[in-house]
Amino acid sequence: MNVGSGEYLIEARNLVRQFGSRRERVTAVDDVSFGIREGEVVCLVGESGCGKTTTGKMIAGLLKPTSGQVFYMGKSVWNPRGNRGEDFKTYRLGVQIIHQDPYASLNPSHTVYKILSTPLLHHKLAANTHEALERVVELLNIVGLGPVEDFLYKYPHQLSGGQRQRVSVARSLTVNPRFIVADEAVSMVDVSIRVGLLNMMGDLKRNLGVTYLFITHDLAVAKFFAWEGRIAVMYVGSIVEFASTPQLINDPLHPYSKALLAAVPEADPELTRSKERVELRSQDIPSLLALPSGCRFHPRCPNFEPGLCDVKRPQLTPVGDNRSVACHIALREAGIQEAGAQEVGTPA
Amino acid sequence: MENRAKTPLTVEDLWVEYQIERGVVKAVRGVSLSLAKGESLALIGESGCGKTTFGVALIRLLVQAARIPQGEITYWRGNQGIDVLSLKESELRRFRWAECAMVFQSALNAFNPVLRIWDQILDTAKAHGNMPRHQVRERALQLLEYVQLDPKRVIDAYPHELSGGMRQRVLLAMSLLLDPQVLILDEPTTALDILTQRTIIDLLRRLKEEIGFAMLFISHDLATAAELADRVATMYAGSIVELGPVDDIFYRPAHPYTLGLIRAVPTVTGDFEDLVSIPGAPPDLVDPPPGCKFHPRCPYVTEQCRIEEPKLETHYSETHSVACFNVRQVQQDTLDLQERYEKYVGGKAQ
Repeated sequence: MNVGSGEYLIEARNLVRQFGSRRERVTAVDDVSFGIREGEVVCLVGESGCGKTTTGKMIAGLLKPTSGQVFYMGKSVWNPRGNRGEDFKTYRLGVQIIHQDPYASLNPSHTVYKILSTPLLHHKLAANTHEALERVVELLNIVGLGPVEDFLYKYPHQLSGGQRQRVSVARSLTVNPRFIVADEAVSMVDVSIRVGLLNMMGDLKRNLGVTYLFITHDLAVAKFFAWEGRIAVMYVGSIVEFASTPQLINDPLHPYSKALLAAVPEADPELTRSKERVELRSQDIPSLLALPSGCRFHPRCPNFEPGLCDVKRPQLTPVGDNRSVACHIALREAGIQEAGAQEVGTPA
Repeated sequence: MENRAKTPLTVEDLWVEYQIERGVVKAVRGVSLSLAKGESLALIGESGCGKTTFGVALIRLLVQAARIPQGEITYWRGNQGIDVLSLKESELRRFRWAECAMVFQSALNAFNPVLRIWDQILDTAKAHGNMPRHQVRERALQLLEYVQLDPKRVIDAYPHELSGGMRQRVLLAMSLLLDPQVLILDEPTTALDILTQRTIIDLLRRLKEEIGFAMLFISHDLATAAELADRVATMYAGSIVELGPVDDIFYRPAHPYTLGLIRAVPTVTGDFEDLVSIPGAPPDLVDPPPGCKFHPRCPYVTEQCRIEEPKLETHYSETHSVACFNVRQVQQDTLDLQERYEKYVGGKAQ
């Protein structure tokens, strides 16, 4: 099937991405599917190496999936032969990415004006330099870099980390995207400035209707930015739980989500010291070269059930409205029949 | 006079400057601190506020371009006070690891990639002490086990065979090798994943309780401070602007900058709360603003703040000090935090 669901602005279906040589391959992203509606914020959280950036890059079209499909406005981004689909240009203009490191993602030899005007002129979104300048001024105001004269002809090294990240956001806005992938966009910015940046990005959603895939390892940031949206928790290449933000934060179902939430230190001494901990059976994150059989979390999971969890790989299964989880035990407790669980590997 | 046996390290009016092309960066401006035995003190602040420079200055590992124009660092070995700033190079070696160890940021790069962990431990022991080889081995195995690693496997491993969290734990074990009285940790949990971070935090807490060294940890992360600190010092533009017990800092902050940081950090547990960021950016330390260094960003600013720099003075209690002219106004805006605290304390009493 080569047609996406009309419900979503962007949709990932059975995305798989492998890296490595023929001899040694790792699957960084393994069968990830989700859809994001217009105007929605979806957060992808997980620890380093879980495949969240790879997923984000595939969604933004910077990385071709090994298999599976990405749909933008119901149309497949890659055609069946793996080449760029016919609407690739619409997609590229509609989807932008903001990278993590504001020190590495801006050309050091270009001024802010040059950085922002280049895409405008290239895509003929501005007829001439005069129009481009007008639009650049407008963009700088949108991202809160004012007075504009102070920034127009500055080079990246003359700006602070927070200001650079604002320039990155402004650059992503040059082509009037409908969808932005923000990959750890605030992690490298100081605490006092972080909230300002998040609020500005939130305003873009409200004022310009931008849809976000927000990738972060920081659950507190995810909660703050996506309170009205949804959070997907990734573990070793797959989504293990997907729920509305308040549900996920206050009532997580998957033991991994529970462990993460219990482990996060909070900026509130009494709260953080009285939190109940989830004891894991092991501290080791499995290597992608030697994945555990069955559920990938089973060697660490406190609820591990021999003969079930180390045999069958749980599938992301809907539990009520707008929420799904991939855990045999959690699904059983919710009284839900699991769809098509596969037997993967042999238990050790 | 403070009880010397209980404060292994005291710092008096310490200044550190860097000479750069543009002028002189005043990275640390008149910091006074004392570290008590068995306590953990968190030094929090944003990047560029001078917190790492301060930590490095304590063990005199500053770069060539830096100098200490003024100040005193005293390390107490029993009743004997040692003036760290006048130590000779040979004496410094002993001081550095055996008395005062520092664990640097980015544990991932702290090891020599072509040497096994054991060789690196042995090198450290040789450089800073004179323990016999077999004793070093024994102690190392003991410590590795203590930080919850498999000692036999880890001691013969190369750094690349260990994960980030494991390397951080090896570093911690190494820092304890010569039984220092003071441990300085620079961003001990930054760059680690949540679950690994939790392991390190729990480990640090246990180490502190069981071994009882004085711990200074430098962090930009308020959550780590809330977890681990007994006392917190907030640093801004090279000076300590507030210093107090952890509960005082988080529930009764008296400096607008500390309050600003608390208001800017989201918590995970609980309902959505609106957050406010601190406007503006940290000052240029070559040409800092006159008066209070925070005044251009401060919502409580008065005429006095623009002219005069407030001194760190005690407030509320003997242990809580703050450098601000408008403590009363700030205090009025922290009632919700105080209420939250009352709730916790009330909950505990029941």
